[in-house]
Amino acid sequence: MAEFALPRHSKIVKGIDYPYKGDTKNSRKVNVYRWSPDDDENPRIDSYTIDLDDCGPMVLDALIKIKQEIDSSLTFRRSCREGICGSCSMNIDGTNTLACLKSIEDVKGEINIYPLPHMDVVKDLVPDLTKAYAQLTSVKPWLQTDTKPEKGKSRKQSPKEREQIDGLWECVLCFSCTTSCPSYWWNGDKYLGPAVLLQAYRWIADSRDENTNERLDDLEDSFKLYRCHTIMNCTKTCPKGLNPAKAIGEIKKLQLERK
Amino acid sequence: MSEYEIIDHEHDVVVVGAGGAGLRATLGMVSGGLKTACITKVFPTRSHTVAAQGGIGAALNNMGENDSWQFHMYDTVKGSDWLGDQDAIEYMCKEAIPSVTELENFGVPFSRTEEGEVYQRPFGGHTLDYGKKMARRACAAADRTGHAILHTLYQQCLKHQAEFFVEYIALDLLMDDNGKCVGVLALCMDDGKIHRFRGHQTVLATGGYGRVYFSCTSAHTCTGDGNAMVLRAGLPLQDMEFVQFHPTGVYGAGVLITEGSRGEGGYLTNSEGERFMERYAPTAKDLASRDVVSRSMTIEINEGRGVGPNKDHIFMHLEHIDPATLHMRLPGISETAKIFCGVDVTKEPIPVLPTVHYNMGGIPTNYNGEVVTRKGNDQNAVVSGLMAIGEAACVSVHGANRLGTNSLLDIVVFGRAAAQRALKTVEKGASHAPLPKRVTDKILARLDKMRYAKGDVSVGEIRNSMQNAMQKHAAVFRSNSSMNEGVKKVDTIANSLDGVGIKDRSLIFNTDLVEALELENLMQQAIVTIKSADQRKESRGAHSHEDYPDRDDKDWMKHTIMWLNEKNKTKLDYRDVHLNTLTNEVASIPPAARVY
Repeated sequence: MAEFALPRHSKIVKGIDYPYKGDTKNSRKVNVYRWSPDDDENPRIDSYTIDLDDCGPMVLDALIKIKQEIDSSLTFRRSCREGICGSCSMNIDGTNTLACLKSIEDVKGEINIYPLPHMDVVKDLVPDLTKAYAQLTSVKPWLQTDTKPEKGKSRKQSPKEREQIDGLWECVLCFSCTTSCPSYWWNGDKYLGPAVLLQAYRWIADSRDENTNERLDDLEDSFKLYRCHTIMNCTKTCPKGLNPAKAIGEIKKLQLERK
Repeated sequence: MSEYEIIDHEHDVVVVGAGGAGLRATLGMVSGGLKTACITKVFPTRSHTVAAQGGIGAALNNMGENDSWQFHMYDTVKGSDWLGDQDAIEYMCKEAIPSVTELENFGVPFSRTEEGEVYQRPFGGHTLDYGKKMARRACAAADRTGHAILHTLYQQCLKHQAEFFVEYIALDLLMDDNGKCVGVLALCMDDGKIHRFRGHQTVLATGGYGRVYFSCTSAHTCTGDGNAMVLRAGLPLQDMEFVQFHPTGVYGAGVLITEGSRGEGGYLTNSEGERFMERYAPTAKDLASRDVVSRSMTIEINEGRGVGPNKDHIFMHLEHIDPATLHMRLPGISETAKIFCGVDVTKEPIPVLPTVHYNMGGIPTNYNGEVVTRKGNDQNAVVSGLMAIGEAACVSVHGANRLGTNSLLDIVVFGRAAAQRALKTVEKGASHAPLPKRVTDKILARLDKMRYAKGDVSVGEIRNSMQNAMQKHAAVFRSNSSMNEGVKKVDTIANSLDGVGIKDRSLIFNTDLVEALELENLMQQAIVTIKSADQRKESRGAHSHEDYPDRDDKDWMKHTIMWLNEKNKTKLDYRDVHLNTLTNEVASIPPAARVY
């Protein structure tokens, strides 16, 4: 019988507990995944108890408070803190989302925070997104045209045509959806995943783009596109309320229609 | 000193920063055949350009109003309170038209008019016919214009296979013995190695430093790293006293609600339900310049007419606007209001407060993007090998107060201009002169000092004190006594940086170290900002001095330039404002009283 061995470092151990030292009626325990590439230790869960009366409303506020006041070595990405840059995607309370848009109030009990699932970890809550970015580049996510616009003029596009890309172009590339997809967990090396397929469809749906056929040809692949089994985790988890599953469905529909 | 592995790179041009300005410059340089490195501390689409909302200004004249770049130029000069350089402003407003059309051609998903043209909305301070009525000039992609532009520019860079170095933090400029910039030294966060980038031009596109303040719309990463590198290279920063407060930051959270919401018909009220802007700006009302609106709001609050239990903020109303319009034109801020203050904009007003938003000041440049300094009587001496663009730069097109939509414009126009200039001045593939080891060693010594800092005060603690001092002493209204006190406080806080300690000694993704380096950058800019403010004895644009309430063109129509040495001591000088235009297509706009 085949023997399975878990990778080294895959077992998560209990880490350091930082109890709250002051007096508060509104404390909350935040459990955070920690792993550093600099030593040979297993990943651990550190627990920080903080006073919510002295903390902003979002999970990102809690993380910043911990980094600022308790443990400055805690590592995570963050930038805009308003849900538009897509830096602080992580798994909070079992769901992939942006920490800056996730209200602490919406989490019942202890707050459990892990990096985005099934990605290599650079350190603590920082995932390695190199592969996902390369997949994005692979779908040539830029306007492709043969005809040139009239010199010094904009291309025309009616409001109705423009409406076709609403809900597509707003993606912030946080990859919450992609890393929530079981198909991507299994076949992430070949399946493009919902975020990248959403971007692919963004250009297929743009009335200005003239390379729809080549784009569809590139996606006509049992792995790149058809590993989507409409599990719908992507749409459920998108912190921006977008619907990648629908976009993938539209690509599949176009593939059928042109057969 | 620690032994660091140094990896050398040689390029024609090195761009530092991958926001709108950095990407537009990179795109122009790469597509023109220059070997270009774009190094950035965050993945390009995470740069703060992504958060710009309302629009990009250009007199495309899609709304049938007989708009022209000359009107745009007039508005910008008036908005700058006559501190902007008119040659550069002419260049920007004229080049706005091809630059924005190019953006559409690149694929930016602009909203559209019924005729299929780029949709344009009204914005603060933008008028027709020299102030007679409000213009519709802000080209918008719903209320996510920055996102639309930044992503499109990144896509175009991918198309042209630009070379990115992502999550590299720039440490300092490499300056040779003749004061020429020959590249930049950076730390790769992913593996902790040091990279030495050599370029015949180094372009700083590092953005603003909003995080000097406690409450700002700026991202956590807006720490003005390029500005600080310029100070450490012995060069001055210009007009640092001019810090823009955006009228409508969300009360508490500080996140931005676009001026475009007032462009679409939103308005402000005080505790008496009065639309008070009608009193302060009879013609433009809620669409007066940002400095005017922020001051008016502050006066209302100071005179006891603020809203809320503590009477400390103002309401902005959108609930009278058709929900379908809100959904189409302002979807982003509808979401933001819901998430950050639990407000349904179709039913209730948004609680808002003037919030630090933009730095008019920065690295002095000419309209080609070349960094300039004052050498004796030469006020426009070009610093060899160094360019600056975007919010990091002070061209100066914004003078004492920037108009909304002119920052997205600034980044694409001057990103493009820097690329055009580099294509003219840089010889492709030219060799790089050897660089003495001591140049790199000095920078690494600074890195080591921070990396092994063992003091007992945390980065967070010092940053908080600095932000609170700046918030209090370099605010919307300023006075001699408050600023004097502020200068002393900031000096003391800056000294406390010697006692800083960091916990993480590793080199891989060490954000503890990066935040400490960013704090040092912020601190140097805080000193220059408060001291520049303290010496300007007049009121102009965003600098409202209670002891000198009037603009004083005779003594103060001049740019402040300030140097900072290693001991945090400043040196002050001035540069003349360019009242001359670039061509004879337009006449210089003479100073006048600023009424909206």
